[in-house]
Amino acid sequence: MGRPLNSQNSSQPVLEVNGLQVDFWVDGTWYPAAIDMNYSVMPGKALAIVGESGSGKSSSSMALLGLLPSNSRVSGSVKLNGKEILGLNERELRKVRGKEVAYIFQEPMTALNPVYSIGFQISETLRTHYDMSPKDAKIRAIELLEMVEMPNPPASFDKYPHQLSGGQRQRAMIAQSIACDPILLVADEPTTALDVTVQAEILDLMRNLRSRLNSAILLITHDMGVVADLADDILVMKNGKTVEQGSVSQVFNAPREKYTQELLAAVPKLGAAKARAVPTSVGVAAPILKLENVSIEYPKRGRIPAFRAVEGMSLEIYPGEILGLVGESGSGKTTVGRAAVGLLPIASGLLEIAGRDLSHPKDRDLKAIRHHTGIVFQDPASSLNPRLPIGQSIGEPMLLAKVAKGRDLDHRVEELLDSVELPRSYRNRYPHELSGGQRQRVGIARALALRPDLLIADEPTSALDVSVQARFLDLLQDLQEQLKFACLFISHDLAVVDILAHRIAVMQNGRLVEVGDRDQILKNPQDPYTKRLISAVPIPDPELQRIRREARLAGK
Amino acid sequence: MNVERAENAIELKEVEGLSQGKIVTRRFVRHKAAMASIVLLIGIIGLAFSSVGLDIGTEDVKIQTTGWWKYGYSATSDVENGGDPTLDILPEFIDGTGVQIGNHPFGQDEIGRDGFARVMRGAQQSIMVMFVIGGVATMIGVVVGAVAGFYRKWVDAILMRLTDLIITIPVVVVGAVIGRSVGNLGSFLLAVFLGLFAWTGLARLVRGEFLSLREREFVDAARVAGASNGRIIFKHILPNAIGVVIVNTTLLMSAAILLETGLSFIGFGVRLPDVSLGYLINENQTAFSTRPWLFWYPGMFIVLIALCVNFIGDGLRDAFDPRQKRIITKKEKRNGETIELAK
Repeated sequence: MGRPLNSQNSSQPVLEVNGLQVDFWVDGTWYPAAIDMNYSVMPGKALAIVGESGSGKSSSSMALLGLLPSNSRVSGSVKLNGKEILGLNERELRKVRGKEVAYIFQEPMTALNPVYSIGFQISETLRTHYDMSPKDAKIRAIELLEMVEMPNPPASFDKYPHQLSGGQRQRAMIAQSIACDPILLVADEPTTALDVTVQAEILDLMRNLRSRLNSAILLITHDMGVVADLADDILVMKNGKTVEQGSVSQVFNAPREKYTQELLAAVPKLGAAKARAVPTSVGVAAPILKLENVSIEYPKRGRIPAFRAVEGMSLEIYPGEILGLVGESGSGKTTVGRAAVGLLPIASGLLEIAGRDLSHPKDRDLKAIRHHTGIVFQDPASSLNPRLPIGQSIGEPMLLAKVAKGRDLDHRVEELLDSVELPRSYRNRYPHELSGGQRQRVGIARALALRPDLLIADEPTSALDVSVQARFLDLLQDLQEQLKFACLFISHDLAVVDILAHRIAVMQNGRLVEVGDRDQILKNPQDPYTKRLISAVPIPDPELQRIRREARLAGK
Repeated sequence: MNVERAENAIELKEVEGLSQGKIVTRRFVRHKAAMASIVLLIGIIGLAFSSVGLDIGTEDVKIQTTGWWKYGYSATSDVENGGDPTLDILPEFIDGTGVQIGNHPFGQDEIGRDGFARVMRGAQQSIMVMFVIGGVATMIGVVVGAVAGFYRKWVDAILMRLTDLIITIPVVVVGAVIGRSVGNLGSFLLAVFLGLFAWTGLARLVRGEFLSLREREFVDAARVAGASNGRIIFKHILPNAIGVVIVNTTLLMSAAILLETGLSFIGFGVRLPDVSLGYLINENQTAFSTRPWLFWYPGMFIVLIALCVNFIGDGLRDAFDPRQKRIITKKEKRNGETIELAK
């Protein structure tokens, strides 16, 4: 290391927040984003602030260093090592930023500057705060890259953000954040954009760094599993107010407040779902979707060669079953889903939907399968046309398939809104007037408009809060039991798949790794990749998570 | 079900928002320069079209009305007072004479034609040309851009190379050639032909917008619902690109008015006996030292109309740009009331 560690009095909190209030100015009124927050973080400890989107957890932590936009107002007291930092002017704040308090952002691709190499960006932070020669800064930067376990640090020094993988980028950003040995590290959803296996590595890294640098960590997240894995104390927020505060084991094991209990109950737990029998149709009836040795390619564009996203995939989905398709980002699971509704042509192999061969689809074939398939997309904000009222969006498939029009169509749309538990009056609303969960229900209503035999659900809950997700999954399960459609449920979240699926298929790098009954895959995985995937999922229980973590590290 | 209702009612309260149209209108109305420009532009249009009456069409089909102004734009009368303008906006206590309009507010030219009537006719021509060029160019630009951006591949390649080709030809040269060959057919046809060359910028912008919008999931959703390409282009994507189209059409129109003026000024636009503002300036540039008013008034109207349209375009662009933030003054910050959130 060659540099002294932070020398602080360990009995004094690094960060003390008293009566912190954040307001935002909207059209002449102040809307509070955080109300009367009080907390403190001791050195070497991690405090997690959890809450659903809009609860004010990010705003309140951005306020610590005056990073909020000009339409905001902050009051209260924020003491860093006993020194008041709220209300400092820009120049004094700049000295604190990066040096004493560092931020790790959610999306490393956007938080790193794409036109500079990561080495340059780390050196820049060093040279801003210390009187250092470029040469010394480089040596120190390589040291830091080593510390965050970046592969081949001297070579990585000259790499640009786009040349690194998501996990490596996050490592580079962490290296930059800890460059000046900050006494406080604010991590805003540090692993949300990462895959579970990478997430586990980053969490290990942060835990190591905390014990090595003795810094305090302020962790902002919505993921209870991450909290259980990393944090010592927890603060639950709702609508800007602190709901509950306490040590992690206390809050997880004996939550006092009703909201905390609900929040914890809504978190899907791997292995906690009740047993469900695989429908009798599986393996017996004619499959509704059949892939045989299918490969899917993204065609070559200009000088970029064709990219084979899926290779040699064989999979069958039978009427009335939910098949969970899991895998990390880039494993090709979405590609399979899009091919299954005829949005992407397959390069080779055999694809059959509802008994119709779609290996070389003609427009007529594609039109015919529109009656049999429906798809719910990942991002409800993007999958509904912002300029169409949702009633029209839901009614469009029926209008185009000529099954209903005029009065009849209105009636059918109302029925569909009822079935997804949305009020009928919503039909004239525009998508931006609905919340994320409501939009996703509209997505389901549209996908089910033609009573399809096969529903593709492409990560439908990844953009939703846990409590909304729980309600959404209930609804989907009810509808499936009523209408008995087959469902391909694509997700990166094993816990969600555990709740819904009868059978599970695991994909890695465009290939099917393992497929089988839910219990068989989750309880007795055969493939090493499946094992790794399952062990990397953080479990929202601090004790259990510690045991699993130790087992995982021991197995390395 | 009741619980569900109650929850929905809460969510309703949380998300109740304005429709996008309302948001844009509100931001636009707040733009003071744009609002003033709209009032002024409507005033100019009203004045120009009511004062000297309409006179459009060719020899065969003619629409003519008479205005309230006593002189026509091509009629001559005796030159009064050396052709000096009789308009006097200074009140009596400054220059001794009162506020008055007089017989020839904008003066007369050397053969006694009334300046006001000619400027009004010129303004009519310029405004008409502006709307026609704007309309023609928007239609072509939107269709070309939409088709190129949606289909990509060879359709895109051909359409965009065509666009490049048209961009390489200087507009003034095109205008001069067109003006020479169709200028005598009337300013309407001239405007239509100019519009055929003014769509390139809009086509590129619409194409860009389509390229990004076509990748959005709602387009896939429409395709899965069974929508045809035409329906996807016009019903699903185009309404989402409408902001770009409106803003650029407005800016295009202000460029169009200057294009017509420029062409008429170099003698290739509107021909006698008709007049346009640019033509008036050209005709009277030699009289600048002796009868400057013949030059000033048409010039003033060009500047006014072009500025108005530009300000309106600016206002629209600001209104459609969601990232545009209004700067909040300290006073507003102090006076804003604080909302208490229910638990």
